[in-house]
Amino acid sequence: MGVLDSKVPQGPLAEKWVSHKNEINLVNPANKRNIDVIIVGTGLAGGSAAATLAELGYNVKTFCYQDSPRRAHSIAAQGGINAAKNYQGDGDSDYRLFYDTVKGGDYRAREANVYRLAEVSGNIIDQCVAQGVPFAREYGGLLDNRSFGGVLVSRTFYAKGQTGQQLLLGCYSAMNRQINRGKIKSYTRHEMLDVVLVDGKARGIIARNLVTGEIERHSAHAVVIASGGYGNVFFLSTNAMGSNVTAAWKVHKKGAFFANPCFTQIHPTCIPVSGEHQSKLTLMSESLRNDGRIWVPKKLEDAKAIREGRLKPTELAEEDRDYYLERRYPAFGNLVPRDVASRAAKERCDAGFGVNKTGEAVYLDFSDAFMRYGREAVSTQKIENASEEQIRELGVAVVEAKYGNLFQMYEKIVDENPYKTPMKIYPAVHYTMGGLWVDYNLQTTVPGLYAAGEANFSDHGANRLGASALMQGLADGYFVLPYTMGDYLANDIRTGPISTDLPEFEEAEKNIRGQMERFINTKGTKSVDYFHKRLGKIMWDKVGMSRNATGLKEAISEIKALREEFWKDVRVPGIIDGMNPELEKAGRVADFLELGELFAKDALHREESCGGHFREEHQTEEGEALRDDENFMYVAAWEYTGEPADAVLHKEDLVYENIEVKTRSYK
Amino acid sequence: MNLTLKIWRQKDAASKGGIQTYQLGGVEPDMSFLEMLDVLNQELIDKGEEPVVFDHDCREGICGTCSLQINGEPHGPDRGITTCQLHMRMFKDGDTITIEPFRAKAFPVIKDLVVDRSSFERIQQAGGYISVNTSGNTQDANSIPIPKDKADAAFYAATCIGCGACVAACKNASAMLFTSAKVSQMALLPQGEVEADRRVLAMVEQMDKEGFGNCTNTGACEIECPKGISLENIARMNREYLRASVK
Repeated sequence: MGVLDSKVPQGPLAEKWVSHKNEINLVNPANKRNIDVIIVGTGLAGGSAAATLAELGYNVKTFCYQDSPRRAHSIAAQGGINAAKNYQGDGDSDYRLFYDTVKGGDYRAREANVYRLAEVSGNIIDQCVAQGVPFAREYGGLLDNRSFGGVLVSRTFYAKGQTGQQLLLGCYSAMNRQINRGKIKSYTRHEMLDVVLVDGKARGIIARNLVTGEIERHSAHAVVIASGGYGNVFFLSTNAMGSNVTAAWKVHKKGAFFANPCFTQIHPTCIPVSGEHQSKLTLMSESLRNDGRIWVPKKLEDAKAIREGRLKPTELAEEDRDYYLERRYPAFGNLVPRDVASRAAKERCDAGFGVNKTGEAVYLDFSDAFMRYGREAVSTQKIENASEEQIRELGVAVVEAKYGNLFQMYEKIVDENPYKTPMKIYPAVHYTMGGLWVDYNLQTTVPGLYAAGEANFSDHGANRLGASALMQGLADGYFVLPYTMGDYLANDIRTGPISTDLPEFEEAEKNIRGQMERFINTKGTKSVDYFHKRLGKIMWDKVGMSRNATGLKEAISEIKALREEFWKDVRVPGIIDGMNPELEKAGRVADFLELGELFAKDALHREESCGGHFREEHQTEEGEALRDDENFMYVAAWEYTGEPADAVLHKEDLVYENIEVKTRSYK
Repeated sequence: MNLTLKIWRQKDAASKGGIQTYQLGGVEPDMSFLEMLDVLNQELIDKGEEPVVFDHDCREGICGTCSLQINGEPHGPDRGITTCQLHMRMFKDGDTITIEPFRAKAFPVIKDLVVDRSSFERIQQAGGYISVNTSGNTQDANSIPIPKDKADAAFYAATCIGCGACVAACKNASAMLFTSAKVSQMALLPQGEVEADRRVLAMVEQMDKEGFGNCTNTGACEIECPKGISLENIARMNREYLRASVK
């Protein structure tokens, strides 16, 4: 087992979590008042952990770079949240949700963690409804569900295309109750820049006040990293502009192992890039694939005519369209998992069938849905002799009620009306399954240091299914950490407050200040964004949707060279002691330039294709991913030893006792 | 296209600010407004000047971080969107665009175009929640059926992104639309009814304490709100407040 002990409890799968909770240590209420916890990041994972830990009695400090905890990027999640409630009576169960998640992750996730996730999923919905989260309902007053990619049941709860927003506001309201009680101290416009270890344990952080520029020391008995994913290493992604890897990377450099960095999700339905000025990409919810059909022209000459503006998609006859997902994957059709849908889009566009100017777009077409819903409306409203146009209009109204905000968002960005002409979409970086390695208790390899939500690696294997990120974030924060952290903190009841005058704090602060001064004093010729864009291009071209050994080796040396250039030639205007977004970005990009190299190194070492990781050398004759379970059924956890290139690989073997490992097929 | 930009620059909260004029070329219609500012900032950095600081994050209209008073209107001339969703196709070659921070006593300027909206957070902390523990020991979600129209109305109130455009649009700098959206979401749901009185009193008290102005029913907030939050929420909050006050 080496240094990695996953600490999965003994016993049958379905009883592990319950018996673990019965056996771990508790902290009595009076002692909780003497224990401090720091939480970095206030999205669904961090926010929910903060609310629950404060409610239990711990003194919580939260940190976010945004001006309010409620602006964390969980807010942008659109489609929904899964839960094995089986309200639809379509055969759902904890086991089925567990099974779908492990299979969807291409058998690269830890069984026990995923089962626990499924087990607590139903409770999340109960909790959120009690908090006042306004989920979509049916006319009978009960909760509505919809279906997402990679599954055959309807288990997704939603609030139009704003589910993340509603869940985060619910979570923030729980935080507010504790802020009002004085149990949470919320530090906004603060960025964590390092973790402080004392006697090998996480005992605090160094944070910068982004308004005054002051570098602050904060101590605690345990630290939770819930700072999200690292998709912005690609520069262009659906992440927020400020989303970054710094908190996770800094703890990695202090001893926390980083797991499976190459497992990154490229989401199939995003708005295509429009030009060089592009600063970020916008997702169109996967829920749209419930009703939209994806296609490209069957003939190359039609695709060319469309690209050149000589032909409109609506003019193309049905038999001249290639609904390639329905053709290749008849069982799941347009609802295949994200990795499969993204690769299929790339395959068609690489073959010359792309439909926008750059040749990198496919259609997502709702015209069938308009007619289908329209006919249903005609029937329920008892309209006789309805014309085609009337039916369509009724159908449009139904689609508008379901996805109105997404259609509006599309129209504002692209300047085309998606009710009249099909949407154009293309894959974009969206989510990172990899992250800090954690054991069953969500503790990293550093004692007292925990990681939750997208920042950890634990539940999604090599590919995340839609509507599972919100579920995981809230499961970690509301229902897992409050128990498992208590087990650790039970040993800290006599510790007393941790002093921030310890030499470890002084040293960490000095290093951070040194880095800031170096940025300002370099006075180079190129802006931070210049380097970030170049890094993004290397990542997208060589470490993106499809990878090969030659490209990955090139990427590794190019990123290393770019990093050296960055430190010699970056220009950061302004001052340290005041608000300075360029200085903030410089720190984040410096860390991305290191992570990017480890990412490529991980992708190079994994000589197989699985989930979001596609190695061209490893594919079937039909171009499907070819896994190598014999040699790669493990979690790759990297230990930092000085340079990303020198990172040492530790393997956590994945054992499947409750699920039969099969070739993933959606045909 | 070529633009003339008149932008509010202010070193920090304590310094006096003023409008500075910049010329910017090479702006494309498909750029978002913030991408246009990115281009300006890149030019400023290349020239060795300090870039313009503005708030932004998700750039897809949901986090509520971006602000900006553009030609006198919060989030600019287009309707139903935030500044980050505003595209340059709304402007034409040769235009002069004035860009200022949101103006309100309760939103002090931090630097350039960035304002401090923490007053909004304190209003929510005063009572914008339902007092249930997050232990998971709640009843089954479907044991409380909620009529669809009520659930939908609560949802529409809950879509407020707390950006502050309502305050910036109001001649009195009133925060009634924001506060009422938060009050309404919970007042409309059976889960929130239990402590509705306490909630509305506490939130309104905090709102007044922060120095926001009163509502005089001009309706500018509703027009400028990027999420179309309705004035009905203000009427509902007034009813709730009155009912709670006379109890």
